[in-house]
Amino acid sequence: MRAVITVIGKDKTGIIAKTSMLLYQENINILDISQTIMQELFTMVMLVDLSGSEAAFESVAAKLETLEKELGVSIRIQHEDLFQSMHRI
Amino acid sequence: MLSNREIMETIHMISDENLDIRTITMGISLLDCCSESMETMRQKIFDKIAKKAEYLVETGEKIEREYGIPIIHKRIAVTPISLLAANAAGESTPLALAMDEAAKQTGVNFIGGYSALVHKGYTAGDEKVIHSLPQVLKETERVCASVNVGTTKAGINMDAVREMGEMVKAVAEATKEQDSCGCAKLVVFTNAVEDNPFMAGAFHGVGEPECVINVGVSGPGVVRNAVAKLGKNASFDILAETIKKTAFKITRMGQLVAHEASRRLNVPFGIVDLSLAPTPAVGDSVAYILEEMGLEQCGAHGTTAALALLNDAVKKGGVMASSHVGGLSGAFIPVSEDAGMISAVRSGALSLEKLEAMTCVCSVGLDMIVVPGDTPAQTISAIIADESAIGMINNKTTAVRIIPAVGKKVGDTVEFGGLLGSGPVMPVSRYSSETFVGRGGRIPAPIHSLRN
Repeated sequence: MRAVITVIGKDKTGIIAKTSMLLYQENINILDISQTIMQELFTMVMLVDLSGSEAAFESVAAKLETLEKELGVSIRIQHEDLFQSMHRI
Repeated sequence: MLSNREIMETIHMISDENLDIRTITMGISLLDCCSESMETMRQKIFDKIAKKAEYLVETGEKIEREYGIPIIHKRIAVTPISLLAANAAGESTPLALAMDEAAKQTGVNFIGGYSALVHKGYTAGDEKVIHSLPQVLKETERVCASVNVGTTKAGINMDAVREMGEMVKAVAEATKEQDSCGCAKLVVFTNAVEDNPFMAGAFHGVGEPECVINVGVSGPGVVRNAVAKLGKNASFDILAETIKKTAFKITRMGQLVAHEASRRLNVPFGIVDLSLAPTPAVGDSVAYILEEMGLEQCGAHGTTAALALLNDAVKKGGVMASSHVGGLSGAFIPVSEDAGMISAVRSGALSLEKLEAMTCVCSVGLDMIVVPGDTPAQTISAIIADESAIGMINNKTTAVRIIPAVGKKVGDTVEFGGLLGSGPVMPVSRYSSETFVGRGGRIPAPIHSLRN
């Protein structure tokens, strides 16, 4: 299963480092990553592959939620199909 | 690879524009629950619903988390109870209680199908269901009821229309302690559809399979923002095209969720219903879309044309996005559930007469209208008759969900709370329709019903 992780919030050091470290520890491969400042907000979009991970989607989601609170930014993980279905025929 | 702009657009729709899957509704046939004993039937109904829908809420919540899209309601629709009620002696109320218990057991917030289809006349089961409405809507918490009084094919059963006016009053009286909110769970239809996932009018039609998953998608806020971005000078061509594209995107998401829910529950997928269904939340209003098109307030001249464009563009966008579009698909205009409608009624911009005109082009009808508690039953019947006529002649579904709030008068506000919102009491015509309604019989089907 592939998922899209989005991180949106006030820019600070360590957002990418901490997010990718968490994914590394969960054995989740990052397929694509991009980061930009949109409307003065740090915006990162990652495409990740969960098939190599033993951890279930829900446990990763829970860990990302903890990280969200720690960093004070908004972090979402969503199944890639949601975006594919809306934007690709 | 998806672009960041596309990903952020979806996230923006969900987090800032109230895009949601409004409901996953499981339709369950109860035809095999028939028995000569009311008590046996009650047990069979409870067992079947509880078993079929055991994982409905859990599955819905799981999809919600994985896709990061809110799924507001998980609901159940069952075979019209009138089809079962005639099999056993005694009142049909125990069957409603079984529905209510099963709803609580499975964790759904509404269960529809305490219904009767009487467009040509009453069966013994229809009579039981209709006569028990006040008691059922008082004693149950989650049961929704509907009665179909007309179709384009059969005409309008005016005996049923007369009786439903009385029943609406009786339900209002029976639930007067809760501001007559029993009436919010009772819909009087013409041309009712068999696969509507939205409450209070959902039931599992006889042409439906054993069990089915229907999904209702909403998103007035998304459409409103898309219209707002066009500015004030965009032509109607561009307006319609933009709404169509937006509706397409929203429906695609509904199709995905419907497909996933169907796969995980191992229940066939029925339809996706794309209906712009407002909620009292700010920014989740259909009236605001109409105002965004350039009307000072909803109800101004031009409102009907604006709604016609909206309703049609929504359907066109939805049709291509899903393999099966059904239900009511279009725009709902429930007054008490729409912040823009409420303020339009309060300021005097929107009247019952204008709402009636709007129902000619919206996807349903007069919805969540609060009228004075002393409105005569015959006047309510006449309002139902007018709506039925619109539905019958125009070959569309119309519905009346009207609340004659006991003890309330024009200018008062009735608070239902939650999704049902709050409704300002609207004036009705003070001229009598008593003799008209009292005639009885049936209004024949229109000439264009003879299409064979």
